[in-house]
Amino acid sequence: MPTLNDILILLPEFYLVAAACLLLLLDAFMKPAQRPLLHWISIAVLLVAIYLVIAGQPDRAVTAFGGMFVRDDAAEIIKVFALGTTAMIFVYARPYLIDRKLLGGEFYTLMIFAVIGIMLLVSAGSLATVYLGLELLSLSSYALVALNRDAKLPSEAAIKYFVLGALASGMLLYGMSMVYGASGMGGTPTLELAQLNHVMGYTTAPTLLLFGLIFMIIGIGFKLGAAPFHMWIPDVYQGAPTPVTTFVAAGSKLAAFGMAYRLLAAGMGDLAQQWQLILAVLAVLSLAIGNLVAIVQTNLKRMLAYSTISHMGYLLLGLSAAGPEGYAAALFYAICYALMGVAAFGVILALGRAGFECEEIADFKGLARKAPWMAFLMLLAMFSLAGVPPLFGFWAKVLVLEAAIHADMLWLAIVGIVFAIVGLYYYLYVIKVMYFDAPEEGGALQVQQDKPLRLVLSLNALSLLVLGLYWGPLLAWCRRAFGL
Amino acid sequence: MFNHLLSLLIWLPVVGSIPVLLAGAARPNLARWLSMLVAVATFVLSLFLLVQYNADAGGMQLTESYLWIASWGVHYGLAVDGISVALIVMTTFVGILVIAGAWEVIQDKPHLYMAAMLILEGLLIGVFCATDALLFYALFEAILIPMFILIGMWGGPRRVYATLKFFIYTFFGSVFMLIALLYLYQKAHTFDLATLAALPLTFKEQAWIFFAFLIAFAIKVPMVPVHTWLPDAHVEAPTGGSVVLAAVMLKVGTYGMLRFILPIVPDAGAHFAWLIVVLSLIAIVYIGYVALVQEDMKKLVAYSSVAHMGFVTLGIFIAFALVREQGSTDMALLGMQGAMVQMISHGFVSGAMFTCIGVMYDRLHTRQIKDYGGVINAMPWFGFFYVLFAMANCGLPGTSGFVGEFMVILASFAASPWIALFAAFTLIIGAGYTLWLVKRVLWGEITNPHVAEMKEINGRETFVLVAFAAAVLALGIWPQPLVHLMDSSVAQLVQQLAIHKI
Repeated sequence: MPTLNDILILLPEFYLVAAACLLLLLDAFMKPAQRPLLHWISIAVLLVAIYLVIAGQPDRAVTAFGGMFVRDDAAEIIKVFALGTTAMIFVYARPYLIDRKLLGGEFYTLMIFAVIGIMLLVSAGSLATVYLGLELLSLSSYALVALNRDAKLPSEAAIKYFVLGALASGMLLYGMSMVYGASGMGGTPTLELAQLNHVMGYTTAPTLLLFGLIFMIIGIGFKLGAAPFHMWIPDVYQGAPTPVTTFVAAGSKLAAFGMAYRLLAAGMGDLAQQWQLILAVLAVLSLAIGNLVAIVQTNLKRMLAYSTISHMGYLLLGLSAAGPEGYAAALFYAICYALMGVAAFGVILALGRAGFECEEIADFKGLARKAPWMAFLMLLAMFSLAGVPPLFGFWAKVLVLEAAIHADMLWLAIVGIVFAIVGLYYYLYVIKVMYFDAPEEGGALQVQQDKPLRLVLSLNALSLLVLGLYWGPLLAWCRRAFGL
Repeated sequence: MFNHLLSLLIWLPVVGSIPVLLAGAARPNLARWLSMLVAVATFVLSLFLLVQYNADAGGMQLTESYLWIASWGVHYGLAVDGISVALIVMTTFVGILVIAGAWEVIQDKPHLYMAAMLILEGLLIGVFCATDALLFYALFEAILIPMFILIGMWGGPRRVYATLKFFIYTFFGSVFMLIALLYLYQKAHTFDLATLAALPLTFKEQAWIFFAFLIAFAIKVPMVPVHTWLPDAHVEAPTGGSVVLAAVMLKVGTYGMLRFILPIVPDAGAHFAWLIVVLSLIAIVYIGYVALVQEDMKKLVAYSSVAHMGFVTLGIFIAFALVREQGSTDMALLGMQGAMVQMISHGFVSGAMFTCIGVMYDRLHTRQIKDYGGVINAMPWFGFFYVLFAMANCGLPGTSGFVGEFMVILASFAASPWIALFAAFTLIIGAGYTLWLVKRVLWGEITNPHVAEMKEINGRETFVLVAFAAAVLALGIWPQPLVHLMDSSVAQLVQQLAIHKI
């Protein structure tokens, strides 16, 4: 039986579930004219959730429901940033949704359910919770991608996402079952991550365990969007409504880090030697494919999709270091990527409107003349993504490179840095288009006049500069989460 | 105020760029005057450095150090020695002149141009006084952003190609340095340069780190064979961009050698000194010949910059050979001092040369030598300055160009007469390409009717050229204050060369 204590530990999650259900009801009973109110209510819901997460933060890691759920610092950080980026996406999405007549309860409810999925996933204490959280996140995301159900491209993207995602979930589940089986051979079968850590020591079927591990890594690779499991990323990014793309880019990457950390570091820690190299190979492939293919893209959303793949390569660099330093660096990277990604997509949202999505790179021609401030914000995001100091993205890269060198993988760090040079080109190209090209005569470029959007987007992009100048506290927070 | 003099020097132009930006495109004159105010204030502040810095004591002074990133032990650490002081004062001096030089020349978004210049100036000052390797690296890389914008927005027809090449080329070089720094961090658990200097390293480690540093700095200097970005960047950059690039940014490369290669990997440096010496000689002789055949004035001066920077690298690395193989500290000191004087002198001379070209370009909108001829008839005062700077560029005694080159040649003679022989070639080749340039541009009959319509330099241009001329002549006739300023710092560097770290 769950005790009151269990429920208190899960208070933010329970609260969000209740709030999401209430939102659905509200949506059903509201007059159409009042619908826009949902937007503000949803943002308030998320802000309260952030408060609950921070206020209820335990001094040390606590578990609930018999170890199914873990609440520790690492989970708290991811939750705060996942909720925060989602709130930002809500702000950015409003003009988009109004323009396209998509503003309604579905978007907000599905997004909140997806966030609940993230929160469960990153707090998972057992394989069952990992799967539960993952499916909640994934199913909500599939539906979100198809939000604009009458359009062709989003529907195509959603089907691709769904089929490949289901395949990945299947792989993951298959791997989990093998691990579960291996844990039962020579001991009591268990789903609990903390106990799975010792399975290698006693199991009579180590090969089965390793196979399970590899299948699980495939599942993680899919969710991270790491090459060679990256096929869905470009189509989904390009096809999905931009606010949803932003969420898939930022929020679910935070989740994927959390999932990888739970499954590999917390659950398969003593197999680190085995998965370390696999992750390193995934990292190299992601860096190569992401960066090289991004160069030839003409659609900004698709370019950012390939850029995400390369960024997952950097994140994997940190993870493959397989030590608290590496995890801290990877978490730092995930947070950094979330902020950069939201900013870059935010600019696309601020410039697009119904009939003109502003997602081709050529659409940005001469932006610096037409909308200097937006161009500047995009410039910050691009330089940060490229990893040029003093912006935030640079320090995140330095941290994962340091982690790789620390783990005696100098070669991996060198591969990482070489591809940073390749990547530089396509980010600079966007800046070139915005700053050095003349605007097209009678171009369709216009900035959304939505005040909250402009304000939050400005703060978002400027935070890349501010955090680039002073990133110590955030790093300290990330390191504390892993006991450093 | 003097406790935070260095911070003030860095942040005044960087923060000062904000009001300039706010002035906006609508009030270009306000932006111009504001940026001039900031530049002058920065220059005046930098003069306090000369007063505050005790040249006799040498060593790192005016130290500021705050813990920046606690969990990594990264410090916001600043300090200067004589070499830094000289470079900083040169930077702030040139900073005023580029802003004056761009005054009405830049009509398109002047506020942005001025702001980028100020940010660039602040970052460059930061590079010259950072004592933490990570802080140095961040500033070293951050310089690329304003320069990228400057060339890309106000450059010539092939500006996009040039600015992308510039950015990616230099970025390529420096990332390996980052890996080397992170490797050093693993060993020393700090990025503090003084601690890294004392860190024992095996020869193999030193060799790898040496080449990682070398790629970064050699591209910035630039040394042969990684100099190819420079002519493109110079040709396409706006005048002010060229001036800052040649006068200050190239010095970042040689300054980095002094701060990183010399103290951290001295043994590898000594072992591979021959390589740098050979590359420097190639730069001096071969690039001199390349300059000779250029038809674009900016390209010619750009190549001549590569050749002149060859003297700086020659002077630095010849000191290795002198100290390690011959034990002659005196000669090494001379070579090193020559290199330092050459750095400062080249800053003024190349800055002046690019300003002159800019003045002509503003009138005729071409940089091709063949389009000119007989300019002196239309612009006698301008011709006077142009000849002066050309003489300095080929190292005429009495100008600053002579002092440094002569010291380096003397020192290299002590190492090997052959090196001196090749280095001395510059006196002929340098005179060849510079005087031939002057002959084709200034003298002779006016063949292009537009040349006759060229207006004499106005007050603003005269101010800039007079300032440059004063600096060039002052350093040429009386280099003693500059030598004294850097003397004890250079001596300390030379002492470090002799220390074996293996």
